[in-house]
Amino acid sequence: MTGNVWVVAEQWRGHISEITYETLALGREVADGLGVPLTAVLAGCGIKDLAQTLGCADSVLYVDHPLLAEPIPELCAEALAQLMQARKPCALLVPLTNVSLGIGALVSIRLGNTAVNSCHDIKIVDGKLQAICVMYGGKIEVVVEPAGELAILGVGPGARPADKGRSERSPSIEEATVTLEDSRVRLKRYIDPEAGDVDLTKQDVLVAVGRGIQSRDNITLAEELAKALGGAVAGSRPVIDQGWLPLSRQVGKSGLAVKPKLYVALGISGAPEHIEGMKDAKLIVAVNSDARAPIFNVAHYGIVGDVLETLPLLTEAIEARKTASHHA
Amino acid sequence: MHILVLLKMVPDVVEDLEIAPDGKALDLEYLRMILSESDDHALEQALLLKERHGGKLTVLALDAPEVDDALFTAAAKGADRVVKVVGMDAGLTTRQAASVFAQVIRRETGLLPADLVLTGVQAIDDLDGLIAPLVAHELGLPYLGILTRVSFDAPGQLVQAIKEYPGGVRGEFEVTLPAVLGMQAAEKPPRYVPVAKVRAAMKSQKIDCTPVPTLADGGRPAIEVVEMKRNEPAGHAEMLEGDPAQASGELCGILAERGLF
Repeated sequence: MTGNVWVVAEQWRGHISEITYETLALGREVADGLGVPLTAVLAGCGIKDLAQTLGCADSVLYVDHPLLAEPIPELCAEALAQLMQARKPCALLVPLTNVSLGIGALVSIRLGNTAVNSCHDIKIVDGKLQAICVMYGGKIEVVVEPAGELAILGVGPGARPADKGRSERSPSIEEATVTLEDSRVRLKRYIDPEAGDVDLTKQDVLVAVGRGIQSRDNITLAEELAKALGGAVAGSRPVIDQGWLPLSRQVGKSGLAVKPKLYVALGISGAPEHIEGMKDAKLIVAVNSDARAPIFNVAHYGIVGDVLETLPLLTEAIEARKTASHHA
Repeated sequence: MHILVLLKMVPDVVEDLEIAPDGKALDLEYLRMILSESDDHALEQALLLKERHGGKLTVLALDAPEVDDALFTAAAKGADRVVKVVGMDAGLTTRQAASVFAQVIRRETGLLPADLVLTGVQAIDDLDGLIAPLVAHELGLPYLGILTRVSFDAPGQLVQAIKEYPGGVRGEFEVTLPAVLGMQAAEKPPRYVPVAKVRAAMKSQKIDCTPVPTLADGGRPAIEVVEMKRNEPAGHAEMLEGDPAQASGELCGILAERGLF
């Protein structure tokens, strides 16, 4: 393959996203493996100073344009497609977050190409790239080979440690220009989350419930366990969508990223979107009726069983032990 | 006003997924297909908009096992017309599925003009691309995704949409119609419809069938699946065995030893 490996340097609200460094670390390996330079591509408005932090790449190509002030997918994609047509990279790695989702697809269709989703690793086999992707809610791994001279790969969170993508080196920095037209999509304002009754990010213990909790009434069982452990109740997306817990209790891609000392995942299958928000917890314990649930791939301890049966027993055991040690 | 909803069936991951003998696809024989979750939310959002503002709601789906149930359920919930694209091989890629949707939307009488095209933001089997942005591009329409609420500011002209960002942040957007929007979640959970109503819809409504259009490159996808397997990473939880009381007791002991309560 010829041409550089490009990594989209995701920036949002004036900051480079953590996943940018993770993706740069992966991009570095791919570029070195192919023996080509690594370029970070930065698009935004007034973002030139951010380029200095992208020294893991050999060079930074940035576009400063008022229409790129906010991440409107079709404008970002149009800018990238113009740069790629002119400079012909061999691969484009796009971080997959709520900021950048859709950009890969929109770039690919502009260039008559295709974009691969959910990569967590990239291999080079006989000089060609192979993307290793996680599909079907984390249950299946697929190895794919993009056809043609350009691979557009959406990279999920956690592909590499972010620290591997940070560097003190100064990359060469170049400004590029693009021609953009007003979008029919306009950001009016950001709505920052209202503080909930509990700040999940400050809790040492979280008892998180998923679809397996089955009903709003059963949340009480989780609250009792949380009380016994001195923690708070959190939820995965389906529980929040059902309105069983408020938005301030959501852990995952669209919610909060938490790092408690103990994370108890109850009836949570462990879709990548949820794992993203809790994988850094110090101790992860999972209870799920499905022995193949992906949550067991990140948990330290697991119990295969009915959550509604196990949950009260666990609470009871903890309360009994607390009482016993109190009397001892 | 006309709202068009695009639906796709996906494997139910609650069931065990088996790999086909060639090691490159799921074994279709053992799959149970269900409506893609975010597509269900797109349908719900469309039903809410129709209830508030009137107009017509059309649902377009790709043929797959159980899709008739999904379409009659949509009809029972309030869709005015349900259309199914038939005659394609199983296992279209997302890029191909988007192309089929876009071609059928342009060709089939009564699908255009549509003020709003709603679909799910992402399906669990989207390996190459996403339906909403690809269809938007092919139809020359604007796209916005990861939405949790859509409301009409000026029906037929503008929608207000709430998009999810990381960390619980939401973005309030204005999108000029017509547009293609990818729903993450409707503002309310998808409604339940009694089986009796679905049966009644099966008797009173019909599914319009339309043949699949010609696919680019003779239907050859632009990515090649080299291998498909169960995701079984090296790291795995230590499983606590025994009956629920034994397992809970053991876990309690582990937590106590670590001083977690």
